[in-house]
Amino acid sequence: MAVTELDNDATLERILAEHAGMEGPLLPILHALQETVGHISPAHVAGIARALNLARAEVHGVVSFYHYFRQRDPGRHVVHVCRAEACQAMQGEQTEQHAKRELGVDFGGTSADGLFTLEAVYCLGNCAAAPSVMVDEKLYGRVTPERLTAILADWRNR
Amino acid sequence: MAVRIYISRDAAAQALGADETAAALQLAAASKGTSIALTRVGSRGMVWLEPLVEVENASGQRIAYGPVTADDVPGLVKAGLFDAAPHPLRLGRVEDMPWFAKQERLTFARVGVIDPVSIDDYVAHGGYAGLQRALSMTSAEIVHEVLESGLRGRGGAAFPTGIKWRTVLEQDSPRKYVVCNADEGDSGTFSDRMLMEGDPLCLIEGMTIAGIAVGATKGYIYLRCEYPHAGHALREAIAAARARGYLGADVCGSGKAFELEVRMGAGAYICGEETALLESLEGKRAEVRYRPPLPAIKGLFGEPTIINNVISLGSVPIILARGASYYRDFGMGRSRGTLPIQLAGNLQRGGLVEKAFGVTLRELLYDFGGGSASGRPIRAVQVGGPLGAYLPESQFDTPLDYEAFTAIGALVGHGGIVAFDDTVDMARMARYAMEFCAVESCGKCTPCRIGSTRGVEVIDRILQGVEKQANLVQLESLCETMQHGSLCGLGGMTPFPVMSAVKHFPGDFSRDR
Repeated sequence: MAVTELDNDATLERILAEHAGMEGPLLPILHALQETVGHISPAHVAGIARALNLARAEVHGVVSFYHYFRQRDPGRHVVHVCRAEACQAMQGEQTEQHAKRELGVDFGGTSADGLFTLEAVYCLGNCAAAPSVMVDEKLYGRVTPERLTAILADWRNR
Repeated sequence: MAVRIYISRDAAAQALGADETAAALQLAAASKGTSIALTRVGSRGMVWLEPLVEVENASGQRIAYGPVTADDVPGLVKAGLFDAAPHPLRLGRVEDMPWFAKQERLTFARVGVIDPVSIDDYVAHGGYAGLQRALSMTSAEIVHEVLESGLRGRGGAAFPTGIKWRTVLEQDSPRKYVVCNADEGDSGTFSDRMLMEGDPLCLIEGMTIAGIAVGATKGYIYLRCEYPHAGHALREAIAAARARGYLGADVCGSGKAFELEVRMGAGAYICGEETALLESLEGKRAEVRYRPPLPAIKGLFGEPTIINNVISLGSVPIILARGASYYRDFGMGRSRGTLPIQLAGNLQRGGLVEKAFGVTLRELLYDFGGGSASGRPIRAVQVGGPLGAYLPESQFDTPLDYEAFTAIGALVGHGGIVAFDDTVDMARMARYAMEFCAVESCGKCTPCRIGSTRGVEVIDRILQGVEKQANLVQLESLCETMQHGSLCGLGGMTPFPVMSAVKHFPGDFSRDR
């Protein structure tokens, strides 16, 4: 564990300073960090723990509790495929299987070219136009396997 | 004069290409030399007609066209879209369409109509009338008004909102909080999202009234991170309200302070449970709290806290503006007012319908929903999210009413309705309910943490044909343990979808595979 790299981590220091004095700052700090750096490392955990006067175990416990926080960098884009009931009612399982085949990974995995990380999500709130997929912050509705292929091709070309 | 055009900025409309349609319209107008004033509004709720384009005609009426994809734009413009001319996609006024005209839009009155982040638009359409009236009343009077309206928690638990407020008012504490539960994680629900994107100021006004009523000066909106669009709309609207003195140290010159902040969740369904949400806001693992104490007495950071769902808080402005009896006169029995109902899954006309309580499932599924999207018979309907029961056709005449649903072992919940056609395998849906509970369990209590995993295993054995009868008995006993032994609704209510599937669709469990 490279705890020593913390001393050079100006980004973390800046984020911690920005959140000084905030009530319940841990989640906002983790969000800001992940948005900037892409992931939350053990060194980050140690640095945050020290700044907030928490045990490292407590911070790690929070990071690992929430599905959204990641401890490793994802691919360039994150593809969220909804698995919830409304999407299942519209053959979302086919879209899910197609995503896994097309990217060659299971949920949580990153495609070999490093472009896409595939994640399961439980409802994107687009249930009247199911099945739903979100790539980064872009939401798509009525995503059939064919449409998913087109969407991924579009993102590959960006 | 510029032609006024309205296109939704709602996430569902964007997901169906509203941004591309808007860009194509700008381009077509420019090349035609027509000056247009394009306003991005919320969604009218007719998701099957998105992207919906409304054009203001010479007499100031908004004429709708839909669904309009970017590819349709050149043809539409050629046919005279900017003059609201006839076209196969022309729908007329939204208010005249039966789907819309048959609704009672109270909480959603402005959604799809106004620019969501314009204070002027909001006020011109009745916004902030509730807050102005509240500022002329005593705390007790405001709380009494909410109590009298009969408003019950729209997040799903249906607890009287006014009682929560009264409890917080009665606490003698210099620090109190108003927290909005915007962790709308139930599949098949999107009314919170639509209100936050389409009329965020309505939620902001409701929270401000709550703060003024109980003496809280700080509010948090805990928003799930799956809703980035709602986050943008809320932050814009909060900044606009602050700039015009509707938020801040001196709300509307009343001398009373109220500040508001959006906090993002991090993908944990359990945060929809209010005590887990409070833990999360405090920066902890979102583990459910034991109660008592109630959040109204010891809530956020141990202080008295109002914690309400988006729609509950979003219904407060109209209650204050029009009076408790106006709101209470809608509905049936002990379910007063209206419910924004979400039609989802396998339906031809999915979207948001706001109706007074008492409308039947059948009316919603067929009159509004138009039957299944696939054209096959609707076999099962799940109401109230992943913890809601599956209902067979024989129960479709149940009116939407908290007590009527409780009587058949179901729940209204947050008003989401997911329809399935006859290709659905209910044993697999039961398995999914257990799997979902296992994924999302906070892990604090054993029946939920372990029971859900055992539940998946038991159903797998049933699906594999291993000692079916014995395993069905086992499943029922496990569900009983989860229902009565879990700390909160996640483990406690997962048995609802599971056992309703077993009860109403036994053939799916007994047949050989």
